[in-house]
Amino acid sequence: MDTAASEVSRPKLRVATTSLAGCFGCHMSLLDIDEHLFELAQLVDFDRSPITDIKHCGPCDVGLIEGGVCNAENVHVLREFRRNCKILVAVGACAVNGGLPAQRNHLDLGACLQQVYQFRDGVAQPQIPNDPELPLLLDKVHPIHEVVRIDYFVPGCPPSGEALWKFLTDLIAGRTPRLSHPLLHYD
Amino acid sequence: MSGTFLFDGQPVPFEDGQTILQAARAAGHYVPHLCWHPDFPAHGSCKLCIVKVAGRHVSSCAMPAKDGMEVESNTPEINGERRALLQMLFVEGNHFCPSCEKSGNCQLQALAYELEMLTPRFNHFFPDRPVDASHPDVLLDFNRCIFCELCVRASRDVDGKNVFALTERGIHKHLAVNAESGRLADTDFSAGDRAASICPVGVILTKRVGFASPIGARKYDAQPIRVVAMQEDE
Repeated sequence: MDTAASEVSRPKLRVATTSLAGCFGCHMSLLDIDEHLFELAQLVDFDRSPITDIKHCGPCDVGLIEGGVCNAENVHVLREFRRNCKILVAVGACAVNGGLPAQRNHLDLGACLQQVYQFRDGVAQPQIPNDPELPLLLDKVHPIHEVVRIDYFVPGCPPSGEALWKFLTDLIAGRTPRLSHPLLHYD
Repeated sequence: MSGTFLFDGQPVPFEDGQTILQAARAAGHYVPHLCWHPDFPAHGSCKLCIVKVAGRHVSSCAMPAKDGMEVESNTPEINGERRALLQMLFVEGNHFCPSCEKSGNCQLQALAYELEMLTPRFNHFFPDRPVDASHPDVLLDFNRCIFCELCVRASRDVDGKNVFALTERGIHKHLAVNAESGRLADTDFSAGDRAASICPVGVILTKRVGFASPIGARKYDAQPIRVVAMQEDE
């Protein structure tokens, strides 16, 4: 079989990425694949992503989601990704299990907001922001699989560039992605 | 009565009174476990050591070895069940590894790596049990407890202090400190106790020594738990 020809004729995959209640660290880890980014650019086109200027996710093959779900806008974005992406991937500890932001889950949300916006020393006009343009926080932070169905999980805080590259190359080549020791870690 | 049984197709000799886990381990076969410890009797709570014998899933830490039995351990079926058990343990507690001092030295985490657990899958319980930082040298984070009772057993049977206990039932079961106030500071617990260093996860932590090992030099960084656990007596 002429594999070189089939590689060329294969259409490029379309990939969207987003950060919900994330820190952008998983995206930085994706950039940590360094010169593999040139190979990646040969294999995929990017749809909506913090690294493109596309405002809404169109039909895609793969959606990479970083961060858990902490506010109403996160839910809308996540559902938009699920509607449009054939394969949706939870990337990083926050997307997988809520991550460190979920440590607020045992606190009262109102008390949290008051602590930051009202009672903190040095705040000029203490009030909890209430403009409707701002998305309301959910009372708890949720892993994304509690909101939509997720096809693959890549743990790590963040996953290493090597782990993301292994995952993506497996996925793009049509193999079932596999991460094992030492690429697999949660911290 | 001694004899031989088959462990994943390999003949394993055993002495009278040995469990499947003990004999397999003595013969160099690793069986995953959390609540079992070589210095203590079997506990049987974590169920990670399950193996399949004659079509039944049994705890190898408690099941006496018998001549001629055929034991399946490292199979997709048994490892899948072990992975599901780990997923349950992960969602029942707050296992936020990125900020846990025990990360890299944690048996629960290392076993989840070993069994390639990519997600806890189930909905999280997010328990809310306050940290006990009352003791001058030791900190307790009860939200990471997996109820192996190793600290309970070590404190009672080795240290002779009986500092810890499990209390309440069902999902409300939790680790408690045996003091009128419930505070660790009001016991005779000390950082040198056996119970202080036996926790397989990140519940009992010595203060002021966290994050001392660089990433890469922690217990399970270089080698997986199946290798590390066979080299030492944990």
